[in-house]
Amino acid sequence: MATVEEKAESGGRRVSEEVLRGFFREMLLIRRFEEKVEERFRAGELPGFLHVAIGQEASATGVCAALAREDVIASTHRAHGHTIAKGTPVEKIMAELYGKVEGCSRGYGGSMHLYDVEVGNLGANAVVAGGMPAIVGAALAFQMREEKRVAVAFFGDGATNTGTFHESLNLAQLWKVPAIFVLENNGWAESTPATQQLPLPVDELGKRAAAYGMKLLEADGQDVEAVYLAALAAREHALAGKGPVFLHLRTHRLTGHYVGDPQVYRDRDELKQERETKDPIRLLGARLELRDEDFAALDAEVTAEVEASVEFAKAGTDPKPEDALKYVYA
Amino acid sequence: MPELTYREAVRDALAQALREDESVFIMGEDIAEMGGSMAVTQGLLEEFGAKRVRNTPISEIAIVGSGIGAAIQGMRPIVEIMYEDFLTLSMEQLVNQAAKHRTMSGGQVKVPLTIRTQGGAGWSPGAQHAQQLEAWFVHVPGLKVVFASTPEDVRGLLWSSIYDDNPVVFFEHRTLYPLKGEVPSKLEPIPLGKARIHREGEDVTVVATGRLVHEALQAAEAAESEGISVEVVDPRTLLPLDEETIVGSVRKTTRCVTAHEAIVRGGFGAELAAVIQLGAFDWLDAPIERVGARFAPLAFAPAMEQWVVPHAEDVLDAIRRTVARSS
Repeated sequence: MATVEEKAESGGRRVSEEVLRGFFREMLLIRRFEEKVEERFRAGELPGFLHVAIGQEASATGVCAALAREDVIASTHRAHGHTIAKGTPVEKIMAELYGKVEGCSRGYGGSMHLYDVEVGNLGANAVVAGGMPAIVGAALAFQMREEKRVAVAFFGDGATNTGTFHESLNLAQLWKVPAIFVLENNGWAESTPATQQLPLPVDELGKRAAAYGMKLLEADGQDVEAVYLAALAAREHALAGKGPVFLHLRTHRLTGHYVGDPQVYRDRDELKQERETKDPIRLLGARLELRDEDFAALDAEVTAEVEASVEFAKAGTDPKPEDALKYVYA
Repeated sequence: MPELTYREAVRDALAQALREDESVFIMGEDIAEMGGSMAVTQGLLEEFGAKRVRNTPISEIAIVGSGIGAAIQGMRPIVEIMYEDFLTLSMEQLVNQAAKHRTMSGGQVKVPLTIRTQGGAGWSPGAQHAQQLEAWFVHVPGLKVVFASTPEDVRGLLWSSIYDDNPVVFFEHRTLYPLKGEVPSKLEPIPLGKARIHREGEDVTVVATGRLVHEALQAAEAAESEGISVEVVDPRTLLPLDEETIVGSVRKTTRCVTAHEAIVRGGFGAELAAVIQLGAFDWLDAPIERVGARFAPLAFAPAMEQWVVPHAEDVLDAIRRTVARSS
């Protein structure tokens, strides 16, 4: 949870109900998008390797809401939510998943390489931690040019075991660049639980930031308001020239690692319980005391948006095979 | 024409780019106060300051990776990897990230990043400070690969690499740093993808890179006294490759030797041989000979090191074999 101190750092802002309702809509849009992706993959319509962010909608929504359009992000293999939250229309994402020219990466990237530079999305990355150093470099460019922008890297707990992660944090803190490292800690590295990949308790991964003397902010990743406030505080800290921030969000992956993952490694009862108690959309819905008819109306709206994205994607243009060589060099 | 060493020529290109373009900056290990482990960047900190001449931690992933991010944001970073052996530490960033961002984004981003590095044997560093790994990078679409052998070339090619909008892996050879040579008084960019014919000849073409260009020129002198006329071509840019000049030369001479300090097996000579046989098969009078290092991690003791890596006499022997085969 965002601490009182953090809320104070962010100017003691309260999040209005109107804003929270906006978050709710976006999180529901992400959820329905992800469910549609699972459905269309199982129907055999989507090629490739897909990872959905069901259960992690609050971190994407809360963090990106705290950013300005000119701020940049680098995402992970679990990228759909971040991409939607940073402002790419769902039809461009769905078209990408169908491999169409109208896709946000023109059919060259796919699910794990969603880009949209116009809205500050520098790309999702299929190598765990692979996008982190470039975020340090982007932040360095902003610092050198004295631009009031931040660069944000999303990554998971699995990434915190890589050398890439440690080199990125070290350099970012050394040079005090305006970067935010958003740890979406879902406690799983693919199928491997925290106990088999982390030498410290899963909730204590913030200590890895402390090792570099980096500012640490922590929030409940299932509470979008807490995420948003912490991200605002992180952005203010970074823009004030005080150096990068490590934003630790404890979250829950309520599905498999990839679409089609049978999750043989996961305790069924535990997963069921997580779905009932840790679903960020349910949690916010309860808090907003949404009436059934309000929810139904909102749901119908975002579902229609997602359906339209599928129609848009299916009607899209297939790239010419020989265009595979088009962007090898600038 | 003024004379510069290879080292001064690299420094001059860096300094001129830093002087004229605010988006250019350099970073790497020990490049600031120390002036670089090869003394290439001496004096640059004093002229351009610590913001643009940045010492880094020993952190090859972050050096290359942050260069990528800054490049995507419109800077023109030049990063230095102290020894090309250490490129291995940054391979993920070079191969999966720098080389692929443009294609993966459907052309939305470009990565105008130059990665300078150096290597080469001849000073008994042992197996981890003297490798020649340029061929690895030729296999990666999205990268460009440059290997310059003279002061004039290294300056003009570095300039073009800095101003290329793609990631360029720029190889320098350690033993060439003190080499002196004439350079144009005003820096003349040398386009990437243009080979240089160092010496014209009639009987055999030697396609050589890096230090072996100079060994090949020595071998050519010796061959001439034996009545063999040798043409020496330096591709200078390995990717993209000036196939036209190379194939054209072999069509003329009908024989070919490839020569590099890197290990023969899987070396750049293999790619050259494949290109040449396809383009000049009906002209060839002998199999293409490949000269390079023997297949072993480089041993420390000077006698072993000298035996493993190729010299002018190895090139000369190969030249003789191609002529003997077909005369």
